[in-house]
Amino acid sequence: MSNLPKERRIILKNADDPSYSNQIDCYVRMGGYENLKKAISMQPEEVGEEVLKSGIRGRGGAGFPAGMKWKFLDRKSGKPIYLICNADESEPGTFKDRQIIYKDPHQLIEGMMIAAYAIGAKLSFIYIRAEFHEGARILNRAIEEAKSHGFCGNNILGTDFSCDLVVHRGAGAYICGEETGLIESLEGKRPNPRIKPPYFPAVLGLYQCPTIVNNVETLCNVRHIIEMGGDEFSKIGKPNNTGTRIWCVSGQVVKPGYYEFECGSLTLGQMIFEVCGGLLPGRSLKAVIPGGSSAKVLRADERFSGTLKDGTEFDWGLEDIPLDFDGPMAAGSMSGSGGIIVMDDTVDMVEAMANVNAFYAHESCGQCTPCREGSLWMRKITQRMCSGGAREEDADLLLSVANQIEGRTICAFGEAAAWPTQSFVTKFKDDFIQKASSSEKPENSTLQLI
Amino acid sequence: MISPHNDDLITIRLNGSEVEVPNGINAVEAAALHGVEVPHYCYHPKLSVAGNCRMCLVEMGTPMRDRASGEAILEDDGSPKIGWVPKPVIGCATNVSPGMHLRTESELVQDCREGIMEFLLVNHPLDCPICDQAGECRLQEFATDYGRGFSRYVERKNVKPKRTRLGPRVTLDDERCILCSRCIRFSQEVAKDDVLGFVDRGSFSTLTCFPGKELSNNYSLNTVDICPVGALTSTDFRFKMRVWFLKESKSICTESSAGCNTLVSSREGKIHRITPRRNDQVNDTWMTDSGRTLFHSVRSGNRILRPCVENQDVPMEEAISAALNCFKGKKVGVVASCHSTLEEQYLTKKLIDLTQAKAFIRGHFGEDDGILLSADRSPNLRGALLVNLTNQYPGESLHSLNDAISSGEVESLLVLNEDLLSSGVTEENLDKLPIVYLGTHANETSRLAKVTLPGLTVFEKNGSFINRSFILQAFEQSIPGPVGLVPQVNIICDLINQLSNEPSCSASFDDLWESMNASIEGLPEGLTHTELVKSALQIDRTPWSDMPFVEKEALHYTVEETTVV
Repeated sequence: MSNLPKERRIILKNADDPSYSNQIDCYVRMGGYENLKKAISMQPEEVGEEVLKSGIRGRGGAGFPAGMKWKFLDRKSGKPIYLICNADESEPGTFKDRQIIYKDPHQLIEGMMIAAYAIGAKLSFIYIRAEFHEGARILNRAIEEAKSHGFCGNNILGTDFSCDLVVHRGAGAYICGEETGLIESLEGKRPNPRIKPPYFPAVLGLYQCPTIVNNVETLCNVRHIIEMGGDEFSKIGKPNNTGTRIWCVSGQVVKPGYYEFECGSLTLGQMIFEVCGGLLPGRSLKAVIPGGSSAKVLRADERFSGTLKDGTEFDWGLEDIPLDFDGPMAAGSMSGSGGIIVMDDTVDMVEAMANVNAFYAHESCGQCTPCREGSLWMRKITQRMCSGGAREEDADLLLSVANQIEGRTICAFGEAAAWPTQSFVTKFKDDFIQKASSSEKPENSTLQLI
Repeated sequence: MISPHNDDLITIRLNGSEVEVPNGINAVEAAALHGVEVPHYCYHPKLSVAGNCRMCLVEMGTPMRDRASGEAILEDDGSPKIGWVPKPVIGCATNVSPGMHLRTESELVQDCREGIMEFLLVNHPLDCPICDQAGECRLQEFATDYGRGFSRYVERKNVKPKRTRLGPRVTLDDERCILCSRCIRFSQEVAKDDVLGFVDRGSFSTLTCFPGKELSNNYSLNTVDICPVGALTSTDFRFKMRVWFLKESKSICTESSAGCNTLVSSREGKIHRITPRRNDQVNDTWMTDSGRTLFHSVRSGNRILRPCVENQDVPMEEAISAALNCFKGKKVGVVASCHSTLEEQYLTKKLIDLTQAKAFIRGHFGEDDGILLSADRSPNLRGALLVNLTNQYPGESLHSLNDAISSGEVESLLVLNEDLLSSGVTEENLDKLPIVYLGTHANETSRLAKVTLPGLTVFEKNGSFINRSFILQAFEQSIPGPVGLVPQVNIICDLINQLSNEPSCSASFDDLWESMNASIEGLPEGLTHTELVKSALQIDRTPWSDMPFVEKEALHYTVEETTVV
């Protein structure tokens, strides 16, 4: 317990304060929109420079440096530039953005207006998942408030800078979280992700115009980067893993929930056993998915060794993995959207796999062949395994199907669907083999093996 | 979409060997230029790139450059160091650049293809024995060429609608559909009739028409052509014929002056379907639905099958001499036709000159759809201009002929194909003079004719047409004509030879073309019909730049081209 760092809440600083409300008066009283004023007094390029200096990496899943993303913007085309906030938080195990949207919407709006100023966007969107109907209502009300206070809309803070902000609700598809799928959906089409090349959003995004798509948490951080300056912000966390992150812990721990820590300030073990109060009584840890359901699963008794990017060698157990971007990556998985899913020894790994596969088969948009056919095939296999039809060769078949998807699809959904299978089957192969030997094969099985 | 042709050749490395390809074309096309097949389903050279089938995955690398100096990084042996993209890339969306390396046969690429083939077949009904596409199915072909040859799939297959009527001419089998979206893109981009889309998601995605819409535009059957599998089938052709029994011949559509290149598929003298033949200067890979039905006229009830004199069947020789008797000592009028081939028009002109006849010709016009059905509904109006049958742009009526008959300037008539009664000539006038009718089908005029000479349809003879862009295109015979009938050129030749009392005219295509090349300005020496079938000839259009052509802007046709000198 002794060296457990304290939570450092920057994004969620006020969110859970009982005296704090999501009204604008409250936000302004706490110093809100001061940083928008500060940003507008700077040159847009300077704002972008601060964000680049801060080293902030995207909080949506891929962890790409946001300042770099802004640099890729095609500013020579003469077309309008759009900013989109990706609030389609749908990765199973992830529930951080909704805290911000529901409890502190003005923080997001301020961050977005600063970002819009920096990239030169005159129109911004918040693409929010359909299930957050209350969130959409809150955001719309907050935007109205911000507009009436001159923080958003025409002539922001009396300057020449104008940027409208529109909330667009999705229609209930996970794939809309993929940025090009999101753009298609926003254009009113089926959210089929676009091929890259040529459709990189920073060049050919919304309506074929240069577009920046950032996650909710990332955009909120922009406000704090301006507040403390890029250099100062970059001192939070560790080099290349700057700032805080909101981790969403779910599964069989005593205190599941969301926790905001400086990047790399604690380990996965500290998170599970200290912050979250450990496992339920009498249980032992079996596996952890560190970054939302698409991240590769980690086995409790696994050892991870190798050399980090900065040259230091490491030899970790599961509990030693530092919670930042690079730690889970070094362990062969990823921090993804920050959704930590904890599984104890009561979990049937084949059932867990079947659950994950069912999700990805349901959510595949169906545009490209490997993901469309592969995800459903994997679902059918694990479903059969869980209903008494498991065969010994199914483990290898699942792995082979997953390998035929990974790296061959239009968007990263292919990896999202393949990684869980690849890791579950490889790391818990015994469980899958065992399923076959324990499978009852009733005489009149309805399952026809043809 | 395929980049416009350019001569900017670059060198790339295709499977290890250096090859030259036009800069900027995609990897699928670049490989094809050098005989290397990159299998694909969703990519179509005339549609936008969708990149969804993933069959054309290849390995790609580009020469590495130093970030700071921009200089090429070299290997120890001095060759450029290649940065291979870690994942396979889709060939259809990868445009070649100088020094690019492509691997289309590597182990990874083969593994990708095997994987995609397996995926495409897991929910495919495998009903090839009852599928119309069998024999020309990309699934069959690529499964054989690139698949594993066995399946590991033991689960239940998805069930989808088996026979959906998408429109009057297209039937959809959703279980066979591989969701390549070619038909959707075609409807949006070429037919400009956005009625198709997918509903549901994942493997349950289903092609369908938008609610309340149907696929009924005049280009709907092109979706059947470009469907790489047996999902979209022609309601007319469905279950009629196995494609491997069909003989294909190169033809030209006679529906309008667009001059679509076509393939006529026949078996034992019976035509079963007409499909478009790719020509990037004329019709790309498309044609109208209406143009595909024209072959039904071959066996229609009003076909003229025998020579007649005064409604009595006679041998051809008798009919010819009866025709000559009609002209003897009379002032002859000849009604030529824009439906005749260039060869026929040339001989018609010869006949007119020989008999010092008055020449008449009419056009046929309709709505222009701005794609491949042009306002000029005859295939060869420009041919009539080239052989100088007229130096005026033909109108729709033949009032001048009516006047000429009334005033006695024309005392006997040779009519090719046209119906004069519907062209403004009165029956009263036609009753005054003997008519020789040479054509394929009976009409009001042929019924009034003293002598009827049967002709062959476009499917039963060789010939050539000049389309709206002044491209001279030849077609070949697809099926034999009815027993005893000879091509129109032979009949006109006969008339000429007997009228001039010397065998000066030959209907053999070699002789005919030799004489045409010599006497028609604009035709190069040595041009033959056989050559023309292989490659068309652009005719210089400037002599007719002032003509009021009626065609509108359309696919591969701009109005400026013909009206501006």
